[in-house]
Amino acid sequence: MLAERFARAASVAALHADAVDREGRFPAEAVAALKAERLLGLQIPRQFGGEGSGLTDIAEGCFALGQSCSAAAMVFAMHHIKVSSLVSHGLDSAWHCRLMERIAGEQLLVASSTTEAGIGGDLRNSLCAVEAEGATFALGKDASVISYGAQADLILATARRNAEAATSDQVLVALMADQITLERTSTWDTLGMRGTCSDGFRLEARGVPVEQILPKPFAEIAAQSMLAASHLLWSSVWFGIASYAVDRARVFVQAEARKRQGQVPPTALRLAELSNALQAMKATLVSALRRFEDAQGNADLLDSLAFSVMLNNLKTTASDMAVDIVQRALGIVGLAGYKNGTPFSLGRPLRDVLSAPLMIGNDRILANTAKLLLVQKSAGQLMSA
Amino acid sequence: MVSPEAIRNILARNEALAPIAGEISEDENLFDKGLDSFGSVQLMLALEEHFDVEFPDHLLSRKSFSTIRSIRETVSSLVQAEAA
Ligand SMILES: Cc1cc2nc3c(=O)[nH]c(=O)nc-3n(C[C@H](O)[C@H](O)[C@H](O)COP(=O)(O)OP(=O)(O)OC[C@H]3O[C@@H](n4cnc5c(N)ncnc54)[C@H](O)[C@@H]3O)c2cc1C
Repeated sequence: MLAERFARAASVAALHADAVDREGRFPAEAVAALKAERLLGLQIPRQFGGEGSGLTDIAEGCFALGQSCSAAAMVFAMHHIKVSSLVSHGLDSAWHCRLMERIAGEQLLVASSTTEAGIGGDLRNSLCAVEAEGATFALGKDASVISYGAQADLILATARRNAEAATSDQVLVALMADQITLERTSTWDTLGMRGTCSDGFRLEARGVPVEQILPKPFAEIAAQSMLAASHLLWSSVWFGIASYAVDRARVFVQAEARKRQGQVPPTALRLAELSNALQAMKATLVSALRRFEDAQGNADLLDSLAFSVMLNNLKTTASDMAVDIVQRALGIVGLAGYKNGTPFSLGRPLRDVLSAPLMIGNDRILANTAKLLLVQKSAGQLMSA
Repeated sequence: MVSPEAIRNILARNEALAPIAGEISEDENLFDKGLDSFGSVQLMLALEEHFDVEFPDHLLSRKSFSTIRSIRETVSSLVQAEAA
């Protein structure tokens, strides 16, 4: 059963989560467990040796891991966001089909390079450009953040189509670890999400066959698979972190209740509010996942403004709610949560979840939504996007 | 029927498309020619204003605005629906 495989990987992740955080190191044990459970190839179609899983299955994994080790959960999410782009847009390319076979067979780990010095979180613009020389190309990128760049087996990177192309005329290229050099330009010594090892690099690729460029324009890949996968899977990780915090608060309140039987502890009221907030967050996430699953095969709907607005709203709402929920859980647990090394410690989850509103800044996303709302019309039905 | 020239005149107001608006064929993909998501929203607004129509939500997708031909078809269907 998939849930059991996730649970086994999550229990390994939990065991090492504190050390991963403290040392700011890659969650190697958790990723080894994910590979041992064959979870890195889940989304790959069956004909290429995968299991043909949809994003909802992957979201369950992000949620399970998010409760154990945020960094391992985010690595799993980011890997599958990249794989979803391959599965949605690589089927027409023999090279990418072979790559999918290798990801499933060898459990290869895929990283992402969109962020660039001078561009920041503006996914849809690049400065660096593919420079084709006959059947091969070269690419140099000031990649200011690549999570687990040093540990990944391959990196999917955005770049302008060629040296003359506009900054928004981008392609997505697959670069195998042995085809590139990565020179570390900054170290990921952060408040939280420390185990994602999201260092900055100067990425140099040379002599890469042009068939490794995904045939679809990145604009389409971003709109049709990456935006949805990112917001749905990131939010699932954040929901896992928030759920863990609420669990800690509940256990704490229940222990209080056992000590003073016959009385409802004052913190129980705060717990009731918190369960309310967690349910609202879950509803936002689950309805977005359902809408996404229902829209599969309906390119017009997936491409519509209303759908983009819905996904943008999911990201900003889920990220803000997750921070709020973890903070309020800490308020219930009190000092036992503020201290490290207690059964109620919430320092690590709080520091981790603070990255959520910054991971593609919420204001950047709101500004984008604001533009879309200039033409969007009201929804006709309760159950429509 | 809405003419391709009417659409080209509106495309010419877009920063990225202005220099080439006259040469874009009816079936060339405007997004490949440099139209970005904000540009497409501006284009939708300009078309609504010019033709006095409102695009319903289900027509607000990349596909409806990806070529001059698809824009003509989308706008024409709305203009006819208004007249009927
Ligand atoms: C845990 C983690 C892992 C990551 N992993 C990767 C990775 O593997 N690969 C990768 O490529 N990137 C990665 N990133 C980077 C991420 O994708 C974004 O690029 C990054 O979060 C943007 O950071 P910034 O605040 O420097 O950037 P900017 O995007 O430059 O934003 C700076 C500030 O300006 C605001 N702002 C920007 N534009 C607007 C606007 N139009 N209107 C209003 N306000 C605006 C933003 O909200 C923000 O507050 C990761 C980030 C995190 C937190």
